Amino acid sequence: MTRPDHLTEPRWVRGLLLALALGFLALFLLVPLAAVFAEAFKKGWELYLAAITEPDAWSAIQLTLWVAAISLPLNLVFGVAAAWAIAKFQFRGKQFLITLIDLPFSVSPVVAGLVFVLLFGAQGWLGPWLMEHDLKIVYAVPGVVLATLFVTFPFIARELIPLMQAQGSEEEQAALTLGASGWQIFWRVTLPNIKWGLLYGAILCNARAMGEFGAVSVVSGHVRGLTNTMTLHVEILYNEYQFSAAFAVASLLALLALVTLLVKNLIEWRSARPEPASAPMEAMAAPVPVRPATA
Amino acid sequence: MNTPSAAAAGATAPAGRQRNRPGVLPGFGISMGYTVLYLSLLVLIPLAALPIKSAGLGWDGFWDTVTAPRVVASYRLTFGAALVAALVNLVFGMLVAWVLVRYRFPGKKVLDALVDLPFALPTAVAGIALTALYAKNGWLGGPLEQWLGLKVAFTPLGIVVALIFIGIPFVVRTVQPVLEDIEREIEEAAASLGASRWQTIRRVLLPSVLPALLTGFALAFARAVGEYGSVVFIAGNRPMVSEITPLLIISKLEQYDYAGAAAIATVMLVLSFALLLVINLLQGWQARRGGRHA
Repeated sequence: MTRPDHLTEPRWVRGLLLALALGFLALFLLVPLAAVFAEAFKKGWELYLAAITEPDAWSAIQLTLWVAAISLPLNLVFGVAAAWAIAKFQFRGKQFLITLIDLPFSVSPVVAGLVFVLLFGAQGWLGPWLMEHDLKIVYAVPGVVLATLFVTFPFIARELIPLMQAQGSEEEQAALTLGASGWQIFWRVTLPNIKWGLLYGAILCNARAMGEFGAVSVVSGHVRGLTNTMTLHVEILYNEYQFSAAFAVASLLALLALVTLLVKNLIEWRSARPEPASAPMEAMAAPVPVRPATA
Repeated sequence: MNTPSAAAAGATAPAGRQRNRPGVLPGFGISMGYTVLYLSLLVLIPLAALPIKSAGLGWDGFWDTVTAPRVVASYRLTFGAALVAALVNLVFGMLVAWVLVRYRFPGKKVLDALVDLPFALPTAVAGIALTALYAKNGWLGGPLEQWLGLKVAFTPLGIVVALIFIGIPFVVRTVQPVLEDIEREIEEAAASLGASRWQTIRRVLLPSVLPALLTGFALAFARAVGEYGSVVFIAGNRPMVSEITPLLIISKLEQYDYAGAAAIATVMLVLSFALLLVINLLQGWQARRGGRHA
């Protein structure tokens, strides 16, 4: 849509603004992204492949996948439960509850990791009890999972709450009067309505779970081959001046980020379009709002 | 079964319960119970450990810990760098949002999608990439030092660069939808009343995006204050000069000074609460503004 002259800026101003904006994005987004891949392939393909297939890197990749595979479903169930309670019912303190759910977004990742050390570490409240029972949480895999759960906690709930609030509960109430049970309502009416929002939240949650660094760094103890996630492996390689290897593993994470952005945009594009007539319920679903994940 | 009295009783009973029940749909108890339980176990109880652990220091010990010169220097650096980065993002975020909404150019969709890169890219990856770029032998660090005598990596300036990267999406993504929603008629009206283009932008458009702009600024600032991953690599981490507060917490922890770490973390937690409150107020303002325009 082109605008008439009196509703837009002079040509040279437009050119200047465009150049400034593109320059800024190129300098701060494109160049760093390009640098990751350039550094990764600096010493050639063989070194790249060796860096991402060596045993420590491989175990870091596996741990990262496991951590995401555990935290994603847990936060998914929580997100749906929280959105159901908040969007479909009226109760006092609702806004306060939403603010509490937002909390992990505004807490520094380092603080998030620290609280689990204070609870489960050797000097922590549950430390002695855990030691007696030969259980290890901090500086072990369960701590990594807990810290990841904490930082990715709000993603899905924050995506679903506004979506389900905007949709209201008329459809569910109609299903109820037609004799549907609670689970039937959820599976047949609510879930089809929120599936894109759910997927959107899950994608962002997954990206953060696989990419978390600060919180995980505090609780992991950096045991190679055991408690190192991919980001921690990158840190160790980098600090050992194995730059090419560090960037090789980092390039996998950058690829993950690009795939995340691609899927996210596909979902936005898909959910903003009206559905075919065969799925009238979906057509009523509000488009997934475009907004920062940490809003 | 179907006697009128039974039907009447059946009709009044749910109506009577209605007043106390939050809604007619099933599942309130279980979803609410699960939400509160999960929230408490994973977030609230762990966070409560911070003030309780730091209380072990006593008030004087707590105060001495959180106002030690090295700690105060780290606050100054953390908040100062976050403020500068958020201001840069305020200006350029507005500019990027404007360009993405108003102008047409090739590659716009791809660039629009890439704005979210800092959300999707792990912070550690951003950190090492920026460090490699701005180091003495990097693509940008070399020329900057040679031509301008400017050192970026391993100085506070590097921290600002990392925090700018982290904060890019916030202002863009809060301003963009508001800018899209502004109706063309409003600008038509301003122009037909004799306003110049600049006057229209300053007096009509800017006031309508102001709440969103400030919300984005506050979000970028809040995120930058707690940021760790992208900063540690590029900062150089020298005490009193380029050591951010989250790093100080980690170094306390490495010295097994749990209470000290908890004390500093408590200060950061209180400040994040305050920022969260400000952001909520700003978003309320924005919602009211949006309501007026709708």
